[in-house]
Amino acid sequence: MGVFTQSVPRGLREKLYEINWALVLLIVLIGMIGVGMLYSVEGGQWDPYASRHAVRFAAGFAVMLTVALAPPRLWMGLAYPAYLGALVLLVGVEFFGSVAMGAKRWLDIGPIRMQPSEIMKIALVLALARYYHDLEEHRVSSLFGLLIPVMMIAAPVLLVSRQPDLGTSVLIAATGLVIVFLAGLSWRVIGAGAVFGAIGVWGLLQYGLKDYQRERIFTFLNPEADPLGAGYQIMQSKIALGSGGMTGKGYMEGSQAHLNYLPEKQTDFIFTMLGEEFGFVGCIVVLGLYAILLMNCLMIAASCKSTFLRLVVMGVASTFAFYVFINAGMVMGLFPVVGVPLPMISYGGSVMMTVLIGLGLILGAHVHRGAEPPKGAGLFG
Amino acid sequence: MRRDKQEFQARFNRRVMLLGGAGALMFAGLAGRLYTLQILEQDRYRTLSDSNQFSFRLQPPVRGRILDRFGEPLAENRDNYRLFIVPEQAGNAAQALERLARHLPMTEVRMERLLFQIARAPRFQPVTVAEDLDWETFARINLHLPELPGILPDVGEVRTYPHGQVMSHVTGYVQVASPEVARNDRLLLHPGFRIGRSGAEIANESTLRGAPGQLKVEVNAFGRVIRELPEQSVPARAGGDVPLSIDLRAQRTAMQVLGQESAAAVALDVTNGELLVLASTPGFDANAFVLGIGQSEFNALNTNEFRPLFNKATTGLYAPASTIKGLISMAALEHGLISPSERIHCSGSVVLGDRRFHCWRREGHGHVHMHDAIKVSCDTYFYEVARRLGIDRIREMAVRCGLGQLFDIGLPIPDRASGLVPSAAWKRARRGQPWTTGDTFNTGIGQGYMLTSPLQLAVMTARLATGRAVMPTLALRPQGFEFEALGFDPEHVGAVHRAMHGVVNEPGGGAYWTLQPGLGVPDVQMCGKTGTAQVYSITPEERARGVRDQDDLPWRLRNHGLFVGYAPSDNPRYAVAVVVEHGMGGTRSAARPARDILRDLVERDPAASRLGPVAELTRTSAQEG
Repeated sequence: MGVFTQSVPRGLREKLYEINWALVLLIVLIGMIGVGMLYSVEGGQWDPYASRHAVRFAAGFAVMLTVALAPPRLWMGLAYPAYLGALVLLVGVEFFGSVAMGAKRWLDIGPIRMQPSEIMKIALVLALARYYHDLEEHRVSSLFGLLIPVMMIAAPVLLVSRQPDLGTSVLIAATGLVIVFLAGLSWRVIGAGAVFGAIGVWGLLQYGLKDYQRERIFTFLNPEADPLGAGYQIMQSKIALGSGGMTGKGYMEGSQAHLNYLPEKQTDFIFTMLGEEFGFVGCIVVLGLYAILLMNCLMIAASCKSTFLRLVVMGVASTFAFYVFINAGMVMGLFPVVGVPLPMISYGGSVMMTVLIGLGLILGAHVHRGAEPPKGAGLFG
Repeated sequence: MRRDKQEFQARFNRRVMLLGGAGALMFAGLAGRLYTLQILEQDRYRTLSDSNQFSFRLQPPVRGRILDRFGEPLAENRDNYRLFIVPEQAGNAAQALERLARHLPMTEVRMERLLFQIARAPRFQPVTVAEDLDWETFARINLHLPELPGILPDVGEVRTYPHGQVMSHVTGYVQVASPEVARNDRLLLHPGFRIGRSGAEIANESTLRGAPGQLKVEVNAFGRVIRELPEQSVPARAGGDVPLSIDLRAQRTAMQVLGQESAAAVALDVTNGELLVLASTPGFDANAFVLGIGQSEFNALNTNEFRPLFNKATTGLYAPASTIKGLISMAALEHGLISPSERIHCSGSVVLGDRRFHCWRREGHGHVHMHDAIKVSCDTYFYEVARRLGIDRIREMAVRCGLGQLFDIGLPIPDRASGLVPSAAWKRARRGQPWTTGDTFNTGIGQGYMLTSPLQLAVMTARLATGRAVMPTLALRPQGFEFEALGFDPEHVGAVHRAMHGVVNEPGGGAYWTLQPGLGVPDVQMCGKTGTAQVYSITPEERARGVRDQDDLPWRLRNHGLFVGYAPSDNPRYAVAVVVEHGMGGTRSAARPARDILRDLVERDPAASRLGPVAELTRTSAQEG
């Protein structure tokens, strides 16, 4: 239909050549920092975190490249089934999920323990991108054009928040809203939505909640009010970061981390440990790497011809960005404590897979950036 | 369509830019926050981090020893074999204690209390299971340690008083500080730390205690010690040893010869005032107080008629009785109111107004001069001498000889132990009555109002023997130390001295028959003076009922027996005072113990050998022992 201003690589060799290797290098670099930090977590031991993290990263890396080389139409075709599957799994968690640390987030399927909310992060991005790809541009701000994406976002958000996993549900909602925004929602609707949203939240807080629920929300927003729980963690995290100073206490010399003052240091608070051992310089370097990675994503998104790929890249990238912002902001005491990992550095299998599949999609979008498929059909159909 | 498409893509790219800008702002926010935390507030957080990481553990200092003049320890520290249980390593605490009970029997109550303590303590914190184990038990448990996970053997230190009852009144004892005292001093709050509670332990607390050290340790978030940093720690400074002037061997002799009585003995070196013996019987075992004395045991000590917890040597007050006669004579000689050769007739009693004052010898002593009056302890002679002197001159001489004084010997002594040297003013103020000649008579023979401690009597004896202002002390005095002269005429000192020599060494002397053959050391003789302090006067009715003498009275109404003396008689070196409560008479009860103590001192001559060559002397005494 349109004129190809850029050729779409067809063969494997051609595709490999088109892969954004700078981005791949960046990803490997961040993954290696993760391995290094997890090696320090156990005071200089590979087991259990560093070795498993390395293995998972290697496996995820292969998956990422596979995803990058696969034809995007496959993802386009999988978008709705994946979304529905993820939704079913989330409902399954509701009934059959296993409980850990007071939350029901995992599904045990044979030997595999999976977190359906992680799958949903990717699936929702794909499904929304597919939806907007097929939608006529002028209907984006119409009532009907708006209702379906809102429902698509609301369903997983409600299910995940019931687990309860407030961090992930906020993340999913934010990612969804970013896609809706980028799809071209008119500012008028955005303004109206913001006003209604604010009124709704206010009304909910004022009248819709029982006292204990309201109290729980305020404690969540103000952890200092709970000095032995969340407040303790944040204080210790700030001490660790602050005491790191300019260049840190040295690799594996973080006293806060190694004397167990730092909670969950292999997952949520790994950035704190990095800050304690490598100081301001180390933190800025890592944040800088993430920023460069995200800037690359923005450029890839802008270079993509198809709406689907553009929205997928931006959806994945914003999920990624939210991970970094929420995690780093949380350990610095800017945000409430929610269980959000630092991508590719925090220990954790499901997240690692989600992130690397997402990055695979971005890399794939770059490879296939010239493709411009018609609406209502699979790419290159 | 193409334009729409381009328009759409342009809008997309604008919005991507917008998001990118928002993202950049957020990254800048994070960086700013990091800058604040890690650069601007770095010092504050570093301090907090250090206080997280490190903590100081108090290291109690080793308490200094208390030694006798030869370096023999009177209070030292011995190993305290203890057992702890570390709940974390023991797993099931109840099972661990039961396993331990096979080697160390425990009562059910004890077991329950331990389990309660264990349940309340952090899992990694050792809880004391047993203290002060004997070596055999401790060794057996160490042997079986592999079967006793979580049991931690440990050696601490505990105060010990190796001589049991012999030194307890002098050394005193240590105990856990009372909560009020401990409130402001972290060291005192340390479990297992003890402070002096009486005697030399409390008087020398600052020297003995030393300074606590601080062990810098690294602790984790749960308070568990990860490692110790000795190079950054302040080591504890051990307390200093405190040598006392006491001669352990003579002290032991004193405790032995007085052992069956409620009595006190004080002996000192007259040349420098060093106290060699400070005995009070019965004694008590200071060791019983260190780890906490049981209520029943304490009650038994506290209600004992012989008052074992009371230091009679420094604090007991008794009428000096005839032991004061040397002092009265000295006063009369000094004032020229009598010459040694003047004789006074004793018919057995003197009438003063409507009262009759008896001599102890009803049939009288006939005409006696000073020498004989002291030797036979004629009361009539001293009634007359006292009358001539008057209470003020007697009082003046008593004070010069140390009576009525509180001596700072290096032990806590309560004010009331200053005793009493009466005066007319005192009687008016206290009794509301004028002083009478009868009061003077009584004072002249050491009865009546006057009250003295054994310590004062020993000082009085030393001052009369030397004519110098001897001041007693438990500390060691430097060589060449000399007391100021009291200004006595050497002739007068000689007269009193010869009379006191007669008491022991001339037939008819008050202690001649009792103390034969004198000191019992070849070529050395002793001087002395007996005394009998009346406690209760037998009434005519009792006499009629058949209460003839002291033996017929209950113990607590019998007279006190006193003896003061010194030796060698030709060059006084050691003075002694002995009071036997309700001993019925000085001759009968106090003279022999006093003689034995003096003999002990003269035999070994503690003055010749002081702490200097400690090692050699310790070895010698060990061989003797």
